[in-house]
Amino acid sequence: MSVVQAQGLGLTFNTNDGPVHALSNVNLTIEKGEFVSFIGPSGCGKTTFLRVIADLEQPTDGTITVNGLSPREAREARGYGYVFQAAGLFPWRTIERNVALPLEIMGYPKVEIAQRIARTLDLVNLKGFEKKFPWQLSGGMQQRASIARALAFDADLLLMDEPFGALDEIVRDHLNEQLLQLWDRTNKTICFVTHSIPEAVYLSTKIVVMSPRPGRVTDVIESTLPKERPLDIRESPEFLAIAARVRDGLRAGHSYDD
Amino acid sequence: MSGLRVSWQGGLAALLALAALLMLPIAEPSAGGPSVTAAILLLVALAIAVDAAPAGTMVRAAALLVGAHAGVYLLLGDLGSVNGAARGAFYLLLVSCWLLAWRLVSVLSSIRAASRTGEVALRLVIPFLFGVWILVLWEAIVRGAGIPFVLLPPPSAIAARIGNSLPILAADVNQTIFKAVLVGYVMGCGAGFLAAIAADRFVFMRRGLLPVGNMVSALPIIGVAPIMVMWFGFDWQSKAAVVVIMTFFPMLVNTGAGLAASGHMERDLMRTYASGYWQTLFKLRLPAAMPFIFNALKINSTLALIGAIVAEFFGTPVVGMGFRISTEVGRMNVDMVWAEIAVAALAGSVFYGVIALLERAVTFWHPSIRGG
Repeated sequence: MSVVQAQGLGLTFNTNDGPVHALSNVNLTIEKGEFVSFIGPSGCGKTTFLRVIADLEQPTDGTITVNGLSPREAREARGYGYVFQAAGLFPWRTIERNVALPLEIMGYPKVEIAQRIARTLDLVNLKGFEKKFPWQLSGGMQQRASIARALAFDADLLLMDEPFGALDEIVRDHLNEQLLQLWDRTNKTICFVTHSIPEAVYLSTKIVVMSPRPGRVTDVIESTLPKERPLDIRESPEFLAIAARVRDGLRAGHSYDD
Repeated sequence: MSGLRVSWQGGLAALLALAALLMLPIAEPSAGGPSVTAAILLLVALAIAVDAAPAGTMVRAAALLVGAHAGVYLLLGDLGSVNGAARGAFYLLLVSCWLLAWRLVSVLSSIRAASRTGEVALRLVIPFLFGVWILVLWEAIVRGAGIPFVLLPPPSAIAARIGNSLPILAADVNQTIFKAVLVGYVMGCGAGFLAAIAADRFVFMRRGLLPVGNMVSALPIIGVAPIMVMWFGFDWQSKAAVVVIMTFFPMLVNTGAGLAASGHMERDLMRTYASGYWQTLFKLRLPAAMPFIFNALKINSTLALIGAIVAEFFGTPVVGMGFRISTEVGRMNVDMVWAEIAVAALAGSVFYGVIALLERAVTFWHPSIRGG
């Protein structure tokens, strides 16, 4: 069974300046265990698509299923974890209480909450920072804590909306590497929105190239890179070939405009 | 080794003291006589000299402290019990002492405290000196110029009145603060808070209550005090009712704004967890609203005091701060009025301070408190 299946998906926002076609005729299937990146310029609907999967926006056309359910049912079954652009940690809670937040809401028993906090903070290398408050941590650490929060409960699908967009290049490389390891260890399905071509190519098994006005998919690239990916794979000819294809796809989308 | 460094306050104080020397005596009649005059001039001169000398900061501060305060103490003593006895030299020396105190505060402000206790002590001492000098100048001008007692009594008379009337003041505080203000405050703030939650939860409440509340808030609420007296009787209950009405609306509006203060992303996050209304309320929206709620609690702490005191002007048993103020002013006992005002100011400050401390403990995470 596919994790996400979209058919003829469209979403039109009615604004004061007339309708905005955020998504139009999107057909996409995401299989279990895939790492799918969505790349495209601002306004291409990549975040909107992620939000439709998460039932934070309702489509106006077509159908979409998440884990075989409607997005609403999938959300109510706590079928996915969502990582936002900013860490969004609650400043009045320590790091461990932030990670515990979804577990408290979902009614996990106390003992299990403690175990899961320890396990997920270990997974994102934040051991020893349990009692710190978010504002005592760097931006990269905050974002790792927010990933831990999304991993704390057992959702097989992880939706990530430009999670590293606000971080500097060095921290970003480091977190990309860690994210790949984490994906390898947990065997989750990851949907990852990004602006960055190298990030998309480095991380993904599948790259979805999108273009704006109306937001649509222009190319779907299956990556031929091996699962084991050291950072210097980014200089290999294979990597550069995929990156070139992504860039072509983006350019094709842009020529539509001007 | 640097030589003499005269500060501008020190230099000006010296000039004024010299001018005073030419315009002696200090008061007519002088209670202390020439020996006291000489002592004042000596103290002032000594403080100026030590401050200008290359001495340590603490030595200079000590000299200024003694010079300014012993000087002004003797100066006030020289007036004796005759009001309006002061002559030009009195004011010149008063300003001279005040400049030394000013210099003392600026010397203290420049100290970098080595320890935490030192820092706290400095933070308390500087405003304390400032406050003391407001009282000193008030006392000196009122007594020196012989301002009529009913217009403005000197602080020393107010302090004496407070000291002599402690049982009456205690009974008034008990009646007004511990009954009317506290009960009204808790009920008014609590009701405003619950109404804000209800308005948030139910659309008809939001559409109906908030506009009406806006209108009610525009009413001159103190005008309803006589009606409250008719409804709830002469005792503290009617004053508490006025306080309830006064504190309800600020709490309603601030809590409402606070509930809207949590970010879209945080609310989306709660939605992805399929969190219910009450879970989102308790885990996200109320904590995020706390800075707003404490704002209302602080505003209301002063409003409650005003409301209870003024409400007592409209009928009350023979006890209470507002009752005392309105009757004693009619009997020209203005020192008692001032004593009640001083006690009210003190009570209000303590009330406000307790809430501010509570705020620091609850909203420790807010940038305005953690600083950054």
